[in-house]
Amino acid sequence: MNNAPAPAIEVRNLRKSYRELDALDGVSLTLEAGRIYGLLGRNGAGKTTLMSILTGQGFPSSGEALIFGHSPYENDEILAKICFIRESQKYPDDFNARQAFKAAALFFANWDQDLADRLVTDFALPMKRSIKKLSRGQLSAVGVIIGMAARAEVTFFDEPYLGLDAVARQIFYDRLLEDFALYPRTIVLSSHLIDEIANLLEHVVVIDKGRIMLDEDAESLRGSAVAVTGSREKVDSFINGHQVLHRDSMGSLASVTIKARLGETERAMAAELGLELSAVPLQQLVVRTTMAGLQNDNNESVEVLK
Amino acid sequence: MAAIDDSRPIFIQIAELVESEIVAGTLAEESQVPSTNEFAAYYRINPATAAKGVNLLVERGILYKKRGIGMFVATGAREKLMANRRSAFQKQYVQPLAREARKLGINAEQLAGMIHESLTTEASEGSVL
Repeated sequence: MNNAPAPAIEVRNLRKSYRELDALDGVSLTLEAGRIYGLLGRNGAGKTTLMSILTGQGFPSSGEALIFGHSPYENDEILAKICFIRESQKYPDDFNARQAFKAAALFFANWDQDLADRLVTDFALPMKRSIKKLSRGQLSAVGVIIGMAARAEVTFFDEPYLGLDAVARQIFYDRLLEDFALYPRTIVLSSHLIDEIANLLEHVVVIDKGRIMLDEDAESLRGSAVAVTGSREKVDSFINGHQVLHRDSMGSLASVTIKARLGETERAMAAELGLELSAVPLQQLVVRTTMAGLQNDNNESVEVLK
Repeated sequence: MAAIDDSRPIFIQIAELVESEIVAGTLAEESQVPSTNEFAAYYRINPATAAKGVNLLVERGILYKKRGIGMFVATGAREKLMANRRSAFQKQYVQPLAREARKLGINAEQLAGMIHESLTTEASEGSVL
């Protein structure tokens, strides 16, 4: 494993321009094999465009997108290692779920029918009804089951949960973790429901307006910011010198999120000043960092992340 | 059962949870601790993160690995953890208490009285929340 194999995914200076829009504006990324990645961002940020290119379903305007060191485009050997479940995955019109799974079983060498059967029971998916007649949630379940039972070396889930209720989503997350623990592989979960998937992720990539805003291990992000609340003057003197991610104020009160890990001395000092320190969940941190990055766009480019 | 949140590194929270179980005696010395995959499934966290938490305790000599079998609580782990907690007690609990008391105008004597009362009633009632 330490033989420095090609990373599962490598993207170098990738651009994709449509007539008036840069969907990807110089994206570079390296994703290691055997990890769960979160690809987070708002709708229209470029997530789907990036995954389409990585799975050989689209061309970049320039730059490189490699899977295990090779371009996926019209490369059967690489494509056989990839599974991409789209938000609105299409199936042949007259197929039912059973037929869709049969077709997937033929394509994916590691297909596990037992796992598929178990998931069908978990999601209570009707197997004989035409896919066209399934509910939105059931349609998503078909995609989720294929994506998991395929056990592809690199699996992309693009917002796979549309129409799935909270219980069904939890089943998806739980089964995914269980199966990943037994069969580690590279999984890219694209989502805007950050808080739901945060604990599953080993690494977080945030994309906005076609650019990478954040590319960091989830564990080093957790606890890397703190919200300081109290009287404005005291807050301001306390946060002096730290990078500010966000500021709220109400009358003489201020609550400021700073990028900092405070030591014991600083915590004691905050307590003496009567300042409240509160932890910032990953979801908020991602939102704050993204917004702070956008604001800095207008000034000269500031290194936001480190 | 304590829940995991994502506002602090999860591996530290996992380590703390295991430590608390050891201090409370639910995880006895020389007993086997759950596997990282069991931790991951139970707390719904990434297995690599769970492994990091367990390894932290191995580094600290709280847990040790039996090859091919799993992780076990080291002999002496409980006493070690209790000693750590005792030395952190003043900073973690007494100082904030004193700070709040000062803010509310509770003097040292009154505070001592309250502490004494809590200690004796809790001891007779058991630790009911």
